[in-house]
Amino acid sequence: MQFLFRYANPHQFMRLSGAVLPYTVLATILCLSAALYLGFTAPPDYQQGRTVLILFIHVPAASLAMGIYGAIAVCSLLSLVWRHPLADIAARTAAPLGALFTALGLITGALWGKPMWGTYWVWDARLTSFLLLLFIYLGYMALWNAIEDDTRAGRAAAILALVGAVNIPIIKFSVNWWNTLHQGESIVSGALAPVFLAPLLLMLLGYGLLFATLWMVRIRTVIMERRARTLMQAGEA
Amino acid sequence: MIISLNAEKLGCTRGERTLFSALNFRVQAGQALAVEGANGAGKTSLLRLIAGFLAPAAGRIVVKTDGRENDDAEERGKSVGWLGHQDGLKPQLTVAEQLDFYACLYGHSADGSVLEQVGLARQADLPCRYLSAGQRRRLALARLLVSKRPLWLLDEPFAALDTSGQALVAHLMARHCGNGGIIIAATHEPLGLGNESLKL
Amino acid sequence: MSPFATLLVRDIRLAARSGGGAALALSFFALVATLVPLGVGADLHLLSRVAGGVLWVAAVLAALLSLDRLFQGDFEDGSLELIALSPLPLELTALAKIAAHWLSTGLPLTLLSPLLALLFNLPGPATATLFVSLLIGTPAVSAVGAIGASLTLSLKRGGLILPLIILPLLAPAVIFGAGAVALTLDGPMGIEGAGGALELLAAFAFGAVLLSPFAAAASVRLNLSN
Repeated sequence: MQFLFRYANPHQFMRLSGAVLPYTVLATILCLSAALYLGFTAPPDYQQGRTVLILFIHVPAASLAMGIYGAIAVCSLLSLVWRHPLADIAARTAAPLGALFTALGLITGALWGKPMWGTYWVWDARLTSFLLLLFIYLGYMALWNAIEDDTRAGRAAAILALVGAVNIPIIKFSVNWWNTLHQGESIVSGALAPVFLAPLLLMLLGYGLLFATLWMVRIRTVIMERRARTLMQAGEA
Repeated sequence: MIISLNAEKLGCTRGERTLFSALNFRVQAGQALAVEGANGAGKTSLLRLIAGFLAPAAGRIVVKTDGRENDDAEERGKSVGWLGHQDGLKPQLTVAEQLDFYACLYGHSADGSVLEQVGLARQADLPCRYLSAGQRRRLALARLLVSKRPLWLLDEPFAALDTSGQALVAHLMARHCGNGGIIIAATHEPLGLGNESLKL
Repeated sequence: MSPFATLLVRDIRLAARSGGGAALALSFFALVATLVPLGVGADLHLLSRVAGGVLWVAAVLAALLSLDRLFQGDFEDGSLELIALSPLPLELTALAKIAAHWLSTGLPLTLLSPLLALLFNLPGPATATLFVSLLIGTPAVSAVGAIGASLTLSLKRGGLILPLIILPLLAPAVIFGAGAVALTLDGPMGIEGAGGALELLAAFAFGAVLLSPFAAAASVRLNLSN
């Protein structure tokens, strides 16, 4: 906890992120390239052919979409309970990224589904939960935009994020239940051959680094915007 | 029974603006404090701070009751009788229904005699949508009376009232202080209570 | 009367006196139930299969109609400050408003549902399940709705964001409620077959009613510190 507050100062954050950023950009490029290379050079899966490639763009995106919401929930807690000064900015900037990864998960899920199930969309448990997650992200972002005062918007959004965090496991459970009710066993096939495990994990790491990079850049942008605004208000610029 | 209310180094910011800082004042039982200042100086914000709606940017407010000192905002709020800019009246309820609602909400039994004190006895069954501005303020005063709270926070108590209305307010305020209550009022006009005043 | 009861009675009274209380929600409910057959055709077999889902969604949307005013009315005319300063804790205030909303919206919708189930050719046991599921589930709609209402109470056009915020959170209620009806329809055991679904729905509703007053109270405090 103390550790988090050591970098609470925007100044400190700017210094730290500025130092780290070039490395994360490099690591992101390396990871993503390696993952794509390994994925494309692996032998085609006997069951799903080349389309298994979509799987390891889809699965990591889906994992990250959930993970980012978790990060937003943690930031919301930090904002509400401990009044961490950067928490609001962090949560707000993470949301569009989370929504993007969710949308990516949905689109790649659909693209993967066409050759697998013959149609672009089926109401299987995972895709349906994901669609709901996308709406939750959109609602969160809409609330931020609707309330004019930034501090109050941050608090309100934090409350919403925490309510959502409690509800999301319940939603996933209920969607799974609904799926078995209406369609019998789950459609999504089980194990992935070990040769795909490495590119999958690399892709996950790459996405994670991509998110971290973009997140830091966005937070830095917001901090710099606020500085510019303060200067303009004081009549300097 | 509140013995005194102390503000220590109170500071308030709204958004990016600092309205006031290092504010100190003290009001004792039976006293009134008039808060004066230009529009936007922070009079309403100060009242909202004392009521516990706003958290101070700095400092604290200490309420002394029998043998206890407390600076908790929510507990302080339970001693507050609030008269704000808005009336808190529902157009669909009658005068009597509205007053009984607040009386019961604040934990007291319905008291019809209060309407007589504010001169609204004949309007008891009139829906609030038909009240004039002056009558609405009188009903708000009645609400203040039935809440039976020791600390009155009044925002422009004389506004929208004719001469007899203003005399009523002055009378009620004097009686409240006479009974040991405390009044803090934001006002452009003198309270006439031999009170201190605070300029923001 | 206790402070809680006083607030409850006042809110119900206000709902009854402004625009006929439940009339709007009931009309909306019935209208949607009428439009769907117009949209999907009058095949009675098909209608009986979709009845649970359609009526559940329609009930949720109808309950939404009056949600955005749940706290906003009191916020706009200064009553909310007075209520917040009363001896009643804000969490109980939220609970009273949730109860008032359910009594003036959710409960009437539940009572009308068997009649609408008739339009959809839903057999007896399934209709009974629908009724019970709405009875258990509509309090959850009011509770979760109160969270959205308290978050958006300061927004002039908050009514547009409110559904976006709370509908995803209400997915479990729709799933379990309509699922219960489907189980009764298909299963050999009638209403008992839906037992598991109704239990899950009850758990969800219980959790929602228990926890949402805290979230709503936090949002109200937030908005009062304006």
